[in-house]
Amino acid sequence: MNIKVLYFARIKESVNYSTEEIVLPAEVSTINTLKSFLAKRGEIWADLFSGKQQVRAAINHELVDDMMAINDGDEVAFFPPVTGG
Amino acid sequence: MTVRVQTADFDVAAELTAMRKASADIGAVVSFIGQVRDINDGDVINTLTLEHYPGMTERALAQIELEAQSRWQISNSLIIHRVGTLKPLDQIVLVAVASAHRGEAFKACEFMMDYLKTQAPFWKKESTPEGERWVEAKSSDDQAQSRWQQS
Repeated sequence: MNIKVLYFARIKESVNYSTEEIVLPAEVSTINTLKSFLAKRGEIWADLFSGKQQVRAAINHELVDDMMAINDGDEVAFFPPVTGG
Repeated sequence: MTVRVQTADFDVAAELTAMRKASADIGAVVSFIGQVRDINDGDVINTLTLEHYPGMTERALAQIELEAQSRWQISNSLIIHRVGTLKPLDQIVLVAVASAHRGEAFKACEFMMDYLKTQAPFWKKESTPEGERWVEAKSSDDQAQSRWQQS
């Protein structure tokens, strides 16, 4: 399955880009498993996505928890806890 | 119900007048204005830059307005939130609620602001004399939001 992944704020600065298309292997089907998949990319990614930092996720513009399923064509976003207002 | 996310400043008096004059059954308009402080965590703030997630931001703010409308008898609501680089004393956000009586408008306005703080995808970065830093989310904001949760 193909998804688009967006990064914001501190996370965008750490990974050094804001958006990418990813072809997911079959075993990656939830936010949780996507985080584990990304954490294997290297030190910066492991630091962000192995659970040490608070990382919020959204699918198609909706805040979701880590158990939420990902579907083909989804726009997934990762960002730190929000600080607007 | 209106949501606007913009770099430009806004005119509070004009916004509130338009809201008030929309209907004669409105007896109360309650508003909140957030502005940039010149000091945070003991450090001087030169500028504050707000990043957001276009598309999701507007949707999250509209959902907050809908939720307020489902909980209280309100006639109208407005959220204007600025993005980009701001300086101390600049306005950041306006939340306004119109209703027949003040009680509903006061509650709905505070509710919308508490939800905006924890649900809308905005991130603040401060520029201080020592450099730039991201603003950390506060647990007090989570607590302020959680008191509105219905069992």
